[in-house]
Amino acid sequence: MLLRVSSLALFTFRFFKEVVQPPYEIGELATQSFLIGYKSLPLIGTTGFIIGLVLTIQSRPTLAKFGAESWLPAMVAVSIIREIGPVITALIFAGKVGSGIGAELASMHVTEQIDAMQVSGTNPFKYLVVTRVVAATLMLPILVVFADGIGLFGSFIGVNLRGHVSGYLYLSQIFQSLEYKDLFPAFIKTFFFGFAVGVIGSYEGFNSNKGTEGVGKAANSAVVFASLMVFIIDMIAVQVTSLFQQ
Amino acid sequence: MEHLRKSFGDNHVLRDITLEVNKGENLVVLGQSGTGKSVLIQCIVGLTEPDDGRMWILGEDVATLGAKELLALRRKIGFLFQSSALYDSMTVRDNLEFPLRRQGHPLDRDELESLVEEALKNVGLSDAIDLMPSELSGGMRKRVGLARTLILKPEIMLYDEPTTGLDPITSREISGLILDVQKTYNTSSIIITHDIACARRTADRIVVMKEGICSAEGSFDELEQSPDAWVRSFFSDPAAIVA
Repeated sequence: MLLRVSSLALFTFRFFKEVVQPPYEIGELATQSFLIGYKSLPLIGTTGFIIGLVLTIQSRPTLAKFGAESWLPAMVAVSIIREIGPVITALIFAGKVGSGIGAELASMHVTEQIDAMQVSGTNPFKYLVVTRVVAATLMLPILVVFADGIGLFGSFIGVNLRGHVSGYLYLSQIFQSLEYKDLFPAFIKTFFFGFAVGVIGSYEGFNSNKGTEGVGKAANSAVVFASLMVFIIDMIAVQVTSLFQQ
Repeated sequence: MEHLRKSFGDNHVLRDITLEVNKGENLVVLGQSGTGKSVLIQCIVGLTEPDDGRMWILGEDVATLGAKELLALRRKIGFLFQSSALYDSMTVRDNLEFPLRRQGHPLDRDELESLVEEALKNVGLSDAIDLMPSELSGGMRKRVGLARTLILKPEIMLYDEPTTGLDPITSREISGLILDVQKTYNTSSIIITHDIACARRTADRIVVMKEGICSAEGSFDELEQSPDAWVRSFFSDPAAIVA
């Protein structure tokens, strides 16, 4: 385990060394951003909507007991924006994108495509790893904002299943309840989530064992390890945020 | 190269390799599986770092070169992988354009198109330009891999098992292409193969590797008549190759 962590640390260090050196592979970065970001919108949107809807439906009875149903939009909004939106989106992202990167790079490793790239004078680490990590780091925050928005819409639907709240009233309650301390830390930590998913997916793929078993292992390890890192980063982020808020 | 050595743990793959390839020559390297043939060419192209020994490529001592000079030198070497190693997320056209775009000399659309079409025409696959690698047969993949390697007009070609997995007719076609490349581009080539028929057709000179060293060297006819029974059996009994 220690060997693996130190190997990942060296891999991450190499990323930081290569990312600042030209060529910057802008074309491939744009391609990966499209594949990672745009292509994830349907899945992220669907899960965001369901989360908002389900959270609202599940929370209503408890709030009703205390006569606090009117707080439902605010409570759901803060929950989604602060924690549930970023974390659930990152976990879905780890499953879809992390495993995809891990499997793709492992498959390229097995079929000598990475060697072919190196032999032709292209730096495969820069072309394959750096672009994917940067794309994942930049795209996840955008996807989280999208998921949060769709989640709030899902919540709006949930609120109106058993009552009637106008869109204006709903949005007013949300914006009244949200503060800078809810938005900023939640948004910042998504960059770290995206980075973790990108680096771990790339690491597992780039360093996979040869053979089809290696490809499967890389995809699986990418998801498991990245998901774990999302929780660890979230735990650290919460601690850091609470320190600043004291 | 002189006294090249490479080990993986206790496995001494290359024990003491001293070899020379002349300009415009096809050198075939034969040997049983696991004798280090592929490791040898991986050392030449920089995919594997030898533990010891010296290498001169196109007159340059590799050990004295900096990273940029090494990269420039390696760009003069073409490598045809056993599996062809086509980028499977790209079409044949994109596969061939990829090394051209990476060369640092911007080419316009027409120049790229012209070079790609010429390369595919030379391997008889003009119609495959917009296909994905998954839509190609094994022989077609090999030919596209060769076209992709040749598009940069390398001075040295390395072939790793160019006919493995191919039917006899396609193997003959690939051997023919190797000879065409030699004639057209005057390349120096090292061909790693188990295919005696391919060795017979393409070799100007053959080296037989055994236990990490160059055990025998000569023309096909000379080695076929070798006083060493093991070398002779290599040429006379195809089953010896897969033992």
